[in-house]
Amino acid sequence: MSTPTPRVRMPSTAKAGDVIEVKTLISHEMESGQRKDAAGKVIPRKIIKQFVASFNGKEILRADWHPAISANPYQSFFVRVTESGTFLFQWIDDDGSVYKSEQKITVG
Amino acid sequence: MTDHSHGATRRAFLGTIAGGVALSVLPGVSLADEAMVAAEIKKIAGDKPIKDGKIKLDLPSIAENGLVVPLAFEVESPMTEADYVKAVHFFADGNPSPMIASFAFTPMAPKAAAAIRIRLAKTQNIVALAEMSNGEFYRASKEVKVTIGGCGG
Repeated sequence: MSTPTPRVRMPSTAKAGDVIEVKTLISHEMESGQRKDAAGKVIPRKIIKQFVASFNGKEILRADWHPAISANPYQSFFVRVTESGTFLFQWIDDDGSVYKSEQKITVG
Repeated sequence: MTDHSHGATRRAFLGTIAGGVALSVLPGVSLADEAMVAAEIKKIAGDKPIKDGKIKLDLPSIAENGLVVPLAFEVESPMTEADYVKAVHFFADGNPSPMIASFAFTPMAPKAAAAIRIRLAKTQNIVALAEMSNGEFYRASKEVKVTIGGCGG
């Protein structure tokens, strides 16, 4: 599998107190562990099991995902921004890999 | 002739999609049921009362493709340090596993709302359970009819 690529869509500037929507997507097969290959062997489960969003080191949302999450998982949510800073988004794979994306926002 | 070939292409296309959904569940693998969902809810809420309401569930009544079903929700809450939604859990009573996803919120989130996309093996009920910071629980559910995957594809 190619390395999962995260994509994040959110504003880069905002006014203090604004509520912004963050939309994220990551390329990943989210292999459920319920499928068989052509030879009839079960394809082992390999999913992203957790997504964590934080801002300036403070957690906003932690999502536990199960095999019922579609391939190329999409996750959107809301944040109120009161200061400039950096968002950190982390996707944690069954195999222990952590895929990261950082986004800066300027609050004026 | 044109109509015939068009129809054949369409059938082949639908067959491919239906085959993909059928593949998502092993033959002979049992699916979850209402009792399994109830057991998962009990693990989280114990014997505490669960009220209806506060949760706005946004799911289609009919999903043409069970592989990608949009799910969005919002739980009524001021989202302050004193009163916020701690977690929202989602369950399915017709998938191989009753678990879909769980979301842990903090007061950093201005509203307990999010959107994801889920897989549904067949027509079934989606159940949401919200856990408030004061220990209260709320639930909501909605049936989603799955067109492909439920029609013998």
